[in-house]
Amino acid sequence: MARSSSKDAQDLFRALWSAYAATPTNLKIIDLYVMFAVFTALIQVVYIALVGSFPFNSFLSGVLSCVGTAVLAVCLRIQVNKENKEFKDLAPERAFADFVLCNLVLHLVIMNFLG
Amino acid sequence: MAASDAQNGVSSVRHAFGNVLAFFILLLIGVLAFSIRLFSVIKYESVIHEFDPYFNYRVTQFLTKNGIYDFWNWFDDRTWYPLGRVIGGTVYPGLTLTAGTLWWILNSLNIPLSVETVCVFTAPIFSAFASWATYLLTKEVKGTGAGLTAAILLAMVPSYISRSVAGSYDNEAVAIFALIFTFYLYIKTLNTGSLFYATLNSIAYFYMVCSWGGYTFIINLIPMHALLCIVTGRYSSRLYIAYAPLVVLGTLLASLVPVVGFNAVMTSEHFASFLVFIIIHVVALVYYIKGILSPKMFKVAVALVVSVGLAVCFAMVAVLIALVASSPTKGWSGRSLSLLDPTYASKYIPIIASVSEHQPPTWPSYFMDINVLAFLVPAGIIACFSPLSDASSFVVLYIVTSVYFSGVMVRLMLVLAPAACILSGIALSQAFDVFTRSIKFQLPHLSDHSQVDAGEGSSENVVPNDSVKADKTEDTSKERTSKKSKKKEKEPVEKPLSKSQIKKRLSVLPLETSVVAIILLVLLGAFYVVHSVWAAAEAYSAPSIVLTSHSHDGLHVFDDFREAYAWLSHNTEVDDKVASWWDYGYQTTAMANRTVIVDNNTWNNTHIATVGTAMSSPEKAAWEIFHSLDVKYVLVVFGGLVGYPSDDINKFLWMVRIGGGVFPHIKEPDYLRDGQYRIDSMATPTMLNCLMYKLSYYRFVETDGKAFDRVRRTEIGKKHFKLTHFEEVFTTHHWMVRIYKLKPPKNRIRGKTKKSKSKTSSKTASKRKGLKRNPF
Repeated sequence: MARSSSKDAQDLFRALWSAYAATPTNLKIIDLYVMFAVFTALIQVVYIALVGSFPFNSFLSGVLSCVGTAVLAVCLRIQVNKENKEFKDLAPERAFADFVLCNLVLHLVIMNFLG
Repeated sequence: MAASDAQNGVSSVRHAFGNVLAFFILLLIGVLAFSIRLFSVIKYESVIHEFDPYFNYRVTQFLTKNGIYDFWNWFDDRTWYPLGRVIGGTVYPGLTLTAGTLWWILNSLNIPLSVETVCVFTAPIFSAFASWATYLLTKEVKGTGAGLTAAILLAMVPSYISRSVAGSYDNEAVAIFALIFTFYLYIKTLNTGSLFYATLNSIAYFYMVCSWGGYTFIINLIPMHALLCIVTGRYSSRLYIAYAPLVVLGTLLASLVPVVGFNAVMTSEHFASFLVFIIIHVVALVYYIKGILSPKMFKVAVALVVSVGLAVCFAMVAVLIALVASSPTKGWSGRSLSLLDPTYASKYIPIIASVSEHQPPTWPSYFMDINVLAFLVPAGIIACFSPLSDASSFVVLYIVTSVYFSGVMVRLMLVLAPAACILSGIALSQAFDVFTRSIKFQLPHLSDHSQVDAGEGSSENVVPNDSVKADKTEDTSKERTSKKSKKKEKEPVEKPLSKSQIKKRLSVLPLETSVVAIILLVLLGAFYVVHSVWAAAEAYSAPSIVLTSHSHDGLHVFDDFREAYAWLSHNTEVDDKVASWWDYGYQTTAMANRTVIVDNNTWNNTHIATVGTAMSSPEKAAWEIFHSLDVKYVLVVFGGLVGYPSDDINKFLWMVRIGGGVFPHIKEPDYLRDGQYRIDSMATPTMLNCLMYKLSYYRFVETDGKAFDRVRRTEIGKKHFKLTHFEEVFTTHHWMVRIYKLKPPKNRIRGKTKKSKSKTSSKTASKRKGLKRNPF
C-alpha cells in the first residue's frame, strides 16, 4: 500500500512536472511572482507566530499586501492564459491594465496603514 | 431583451431606438423616485425628520464648518455627559461625507444651498440612484426589460420610501444604493470576469462599509453565493476573479473606516469570507491541476490529496475555532447575535429590544411595505431557475436570506425590498414576455417574428409607466378582486414560460387568455402604484417632530417639540445639562444645542440605566442622581393631553427594565399591578410616586378638572400633588414637552451649625410628607 502510493506519488509528480513544463514562459514568470508573494506572506506569518502581532496595522498591511498581490497575479494569470476559453476576447494588454489599476488601489490602501 | 434582439437580427436602428427609449424611461424613473419622496416637504416643510437624522445633520454641520480632519478627531463633549463621545471614531461617515461633498460641490458652483436643504434632499437623490442601480443589477440577471420593471418597482416600494423620504437623513438613505450597486458590480464581475469591475466592486463595498453597519450582510452574502457556486459545481475562473480580490481589497478598505477598524479581521461577522477565501483557493488549485493532468493521473492525485487535505482542513478549522472562541461573545456583536438568534436581544439586551424597529414584523407589515411584490416574488424565483445562471442564483440567495432577516427585525425589511423588487421585476417582465409573444404570434398580420421582440420590449417597459397615470382613479375593490383572480392565473402561466424559452414557437397561450392576463397584470401594477403613492403621502411622510391631526374642526398642527427645544436654547445657559430619556438626546443636542446625558447612540448601557433609574425613583432619590450628573433641566414628553401615544409614560416600562438591569433595587413588578401596567387609581404606590409619573402629570388636573389621560384612556391615579425637588419651568402649548428645573440644594440654616445635618434632612423629609399629605 505504502509502496504503491509512493510510486503513485512519484508518477503524479512526474506527470505534473511534465504538464507544467509545457506552460508558456510568461505564465511561468507570473507563477514565480505568485510564489514569491506567498512566500513573503508566509515569512511574515511565521514572524507573527514567533514574535507577536504588536503593530497590528503593520501585520495586517504586510500580510494582506502579499496575499493581495498574489491574488491579483493569479487573476492576471487566469486572464492571459491562452488555454482559458472564457477570456478569449480579452486582450492581454487590457488584462494587464486592469491588473495595474487593481494593484494601484491595493497599494494606495496599504499606504494608509504605514506607520 | 437586448440579447434576444440581437439574436433575432433586429435592425440596428430599432436597437438604437430601444436604447434611447430605455434611457428616457430610466430618466423618468429617477424623476419618479425623487418626486414621490417629496410629499413630506409639500405636506409639512423642508425639515429633518425623527431622531437619528438630527444627529447626522449635526455631524454634517460640523463637517462643513470645520473640515474633514477636525471631523475625524471630533470629541463631542455635549453628549453623554460627563463621558463624552468620540464622534469621528464611532460614526459611519458615509452619509455625512456624501452630503458634505454634495454641499461643497454645490457651493463651489455658486449654488448657495444651506446644509439643511442638502441633507433633506440627499435621501431622494440617492433613491433615484438606487433605482438605476437596480436596473443595472437586474439587467445583468435577466436583461433590459426586467431591469426597467425592477427599477420602477424599486422607485416606489413603500418599504424603501419609509426610510428615504425627503428629510429622512439617515444612513439607510445612501446605504441601500451602495448595497444594490455593490451587488451589481459583483454580478458584473461574475459575468465578465474583468479585474476592472472587481476593483470597482471593492470600492463600492468600501462605500457601503462607510455608510451602514449592514455591510456585514454583503460580506456574508457574497461568500455564501461563492460557496453555493462551488458546491453546486458552478466554479469558474470568473468566480475567482469576482471573489478573491474583493475579500482582500474589501477587508483592507473596510479596516480603513475608523468605526470598523480591525474588527474587519477580528470579529466573526467577517470570518465567513476568509473561510470561503481559503476554500476557493483550494478549489481553484484543484481545477487547475485537473486541467493540466490526464483524468487517470487526476484520480491518483485526488486519492493522495484527499488524505493530506483533510488533515490540513481540520487543522484550519481548529485554528479558526480557537480564534473565535478566544474572543469575547464568540466574536459576534450583540446586534448580529440578535439576528442569528431572534430571542437573544429580548433575553440579554433590553436596549436593543426596546427599539420598536428591532421587533419582529407582523404579517400586515409585509403587505404594507412590499405590497403586491409579496405575491410576485415566488414567480420571480421560478423565473430565476429557468435557466439558472450564476447571477440568478445570487438573486435567489439574496431574497432567501433577506426574507429571513426581515422576519427577525422590522428594520431589515429595507434589505428585503430591493430583492423583492428585482424578483418581481423579473416575474412581471417574463410574464409580459410570454403574453405579448403569444398575442403577436396569433395575430396574423404581425407574424413577422423579427418585429415581435423589439416591439414587445418597449411596450412592456412602458406599461407600468402608463398605469401610473391612467389607473390611479381605479376602484380599489375592483382591483383587489382582479388581483385574486390574477393570482390563480399566475401559477399556470409560469410553467409554460420556462418551456416557451426552450421551444419558443410551440407553446403559445390562447389569445383571449393572454389579453386578459395582460390586463390583469396591468391592474396589479396599478394597484401597487396606488398603494405606494398612498403610503408615500399618508403613512411615511410624517416628520415626527411636527405632528398633525385631522379632527372635525380642521387640521391641528402640533409643533411642541421645536417649541420646547427653542425654549431651551433661548432660556438656558449654554453649558446647562438637560436630562431626558435617550430618544430625545439627538434632538436636544442638534436643535437646542444643550449638553445631554444620554442619546440615541446607546453605547453605554450603564449610563442609560442611570437615567432610567432616576426616572423610576421617587423624587428625592431622582434629584440626587440628577444632581450628581450636574443636570439642570429634565425634559419629559407627555402625550396625555392630545393623545400622542409614543410618550415617556408609554416608554416608561423600558426605563424600569433597563434601569433595573443595572441597579437591582428597581424592580419591574413594583410598577405593575397584577402584571398590568396602569396609571389610574389602581396603580401601585411606587408607580404613583416615581419621578416620571410626577413630572408627566404635574398640574395635569388643572387642564380639564378630571385629569383624563387620552392615551391611556383613563383618569390618572394621583391628581393633586406638589413637587419638592423640581420646579416646572416650561410646558409647551399642547403639553407634549414639559421641562423642569432641579431646585438648588437647600441652604444650611444659620445658627444650627453642629447638629444641622441630620436635622435638616429629617426636617425636609417631614416637610415633604406634610406637603404630600396636604391635598388628600
